[in-house]
Amino acid sequence: MAGWAAVPSCIYKGGNVMGKERNQVVKHKGVSYAKWGYIFLIPFFVIYFIFSFIPLVTTFYYSFFENYMSGLNHVGPNFVGLENYKAILNGDLLKYMGNTVIIWILGFIPQIIISLLLGIWFTDLRLRLKGTGFFKTVIYMPNLIMAAAFSMLFFTLFSDGGPVNDILVKLDFFKEPFRFMTSVWATRGLIAGMNFLMWFGNTTIILMAAIMGIDTALFEAAAIDGAGSWKIFKKITIPTIRPILIYVFITSMIGGIQMFDIPQILTNGQGTPNRSSMTLIMFLNNHLFSKNYGLAGALSVVLFFVSSVLSIVVFFSMTRETSKRKGEK
Amino acid sequence: MKKKLIVAILIGSMVMSTLVGCGNKNDSKDGTKTDVGVTVKPDATNDDDKSEDTVTQGKVLNIYCWNEEFQSRYKDYYEKSGKLPEGITVNFIITPNDNNAYQNALDQALLNQESAATDEKVDIFLVEADYALKYVDTDYSLDVKAEVGLSDEDLSQQYQYTKDIVTDSKGIQKGTTWQAAPGLFVYRRSIAKAVLGTDDPDQVQAALSDWTKFDAVANQASDKGYKMLSGYDDAYRTFSNNVSAPWVDGKKIVIDANIMKWVEQTKTYTDNNYNNKTKLWAPEWAADQGPEGAVFGFFYSTWGINFTLLGNALDTAVADGGVAEVGNGIYGDYAVCQGPESYYWGGTWICAAAGTDNLPLVKDIMQTLTCDADTMKKITEDTQDYTNNTKAMEELANSDFKSDFLGGQNHIKLFAEAAPKIDMSNVSQYDQGLNESFQSAFKDYFDGNVDKDTALENFYKSAIEKYPDLTK
Repeated sequence: MAGWAAVPSCIYKGGNVMGKERNQVVKHKGVSYAKWGYIFLIPFFVIYFIFSFIPLVTTFYYSFFENYMSGLNHVGPNFVGLENYKAILNGDLLKYMGNTVIIWILGFIPQIIISLLLGIWFTDLRLRLKGTGFFKTVIYMPNLIMAAAFSMLFFTLFSDGGPVNDILVKLDFFKEPFRFMTSVWATRGLIAGMNFLMWFGNTTIILMAAIMGIDTALFEAAAIDGAGSWKIFKKITIPTIRPILIYVFITSMIGGIQMFDIPQILTNGQGTPNRSSMTLIMFLNNHLFSKNYGLAGALSVVLFFVSSVLSIVVFFSMTRETSKRKGEK
Repeated sequence: MKKKLIVAILIGSMVMSTLVGCGNKNDSKDGTKTDVGVTVKPDATNDDDKSEDTVTQGKVLNIYCWNEEFQSRYKDYYEKSGKLPEGITVNFIITPNDNNAYQNALDQALLNQESAATDEKVDIFLVEADYALKYVDTDYSLDVKAEVGLSDEDLSQQYQYTKDIVTDSKGIQKGTTWQAAPGLFVYRRSIAKAVLGTDDPDQVQAALSDWTKFDAVANQASDKGYKMLSGYDDAYRTFSNNVSAPWVDGKKIVIDANIMKWVEQTKTYTDNNYNNKTKLWAPEWAADQGPEGAVFGFFYSTWGINFTLLGNALDTAVADGGVAEVGNGIYGDYAVCQGPESYYWGGTWICAAAGTDNLPLVKDIMQTLTCDADTMKKITEDTQDYTNNTKAMEELANSDFKSDFLGGQNHIKLFAEAAPKIDMSNVSQYDQGLNESFQSAFKDYFDGNVDKDTALENFYKSAIEKYPDLTK
């Protein structure tokens, strides 16, 4: 919100400045350029209104209706009050939420650790790694593959008769093929692993940009004062790149809530085994698949509130940080 | 003023460019065309005693289907024989089956049927057995006798089960098919010799004629180091086709005792290592049918034997320059027998859509492809497809027709014996979704991840997600 809100005020101010200059020449009429700012914003608002705002409001509205297709017969819409919400909240919502969070955390922890490590190594002046450009490209590459294709690839690699099992059996790790897709933690691990592989390159590059923004004099001064690399990392790197870390955290969290394509393809939409890898959006997709707009709407509204609460929590923790720092100054 | 105009145009074009992609593709097609209709003399070449009256019908015949199979049957056996009246274009609208895409496209088209322009209306649509009733038990499909105009005599040679599947709740037949897909049990001759001491189809059939015997042979095979079946779902259809009641009673999901028998059997087979824990169509499943496989047999129907199984049995695939002949892989090492229970697998039905403006042509296509014994016999001879005509099939069954792939056996004979025994009167419109959910939920049980109650619970959850109006 802050991003686009800043645009008109900028133009407005600019307009005023120019207006003042002109006022000195042409006194009877002030020229305001502010309206152009608003005019240029119209397309955004029109599109936002049509494609985001109206669907948002109607989702709320339809979540109070029984509305689905049974074969070729359209059932509803009948007003049912909060029945859809009752059905969602009495169902397995918490389980799927748990699945989503577990899989996200499983992927996020290695992602942030490896990305920080690589970010620091690639930017460390003393290490002077060669070929960082090459590695930066390589680690980013998994992100270029479509998630669905990546998931399909892993499905084939880790299938019962797939190459990974072939190798593991030949190396005598297992007597007979390990059936990855039938184990709860192997399946979750594979999904988390794919998320990690796809996103750690991206995170590394963001963190590198943040670390490179730190004045090298700080590192040098700390080194002269006798600080080790761990201390430099803890006392200089982390506090300075904190805003970027929070950004990475939030974007990853949003991505985590929306996790869908990888588990959907890997488990063929079933969230197997025993629905333990069914994420929230997969659950939503199951309802949309049967064109059950009422239940899907109710689930979307619940997701909307969950995301809102998470965003507000993060927002306040961020602003508190800055206000504290301002106080210190 | 000029500037304002330019700005307005620029903004307008910006908005337009973002919106333009979302328009309905059909908009451009609709409306502009007006249906004139053509007056045609239908099937002048047809030797039937049909009246030669002139009929007015639409210029475009729209056929909804999911692959090119029907298109090629139509072209080879209808269009090529010159039966298509002049001035009519036949338009195939193909949407692949994956992930219900075909059904969704068809649903959309049928729901818009009334408002669609005459040339855009669905005239013919194809359905599969598993979801046939979803379309058949509605007013979107036409009665093949009263409305389309086929006679009882036309339909008399069709196998009863192919009629049952497309008969609605009022007992009216709403579709017809050119193929029948009775299933058999295909076994490896060499493994049968090792386990039972014989590879003769009659003697093997005697050893496998009911499930108790089948289980006993599974045990014997296991002792010799072979697996009886490949995957969990291999035998599923033999059980699900022989249920005593439909999946759904009113709106309540009923799990038939026969389906639970499948659960018991598969769990026993899995725990005793009688199967290979694969899944239908998985690469491991296909490999089990090849030279490296050690699986006693597979449940397969007509098309599965000559196409799928044959392809899997070869060492060097035909695409890689291999020849389908004895010596390439295990070509010739398979044979068929009836197996413990009769069942069918697959098939495509032709339905006439309500609101079609090409009824005479629809009728003629149905009659030629699904009722005419000569055409159907020719289809079988040309393509090895087993056709839905008892007379034509009996002729082939009693001829010297034989399959080298099955070691010289005349499998048409077995198919002809099996097809009349199939009973599909308990089919429901929910079959596809519920069968899939059931197999998927119980895979966890066979894998040992959950107990039976949890698997049942998961089945209900998934079933009600798919069909919100059903109850436990």
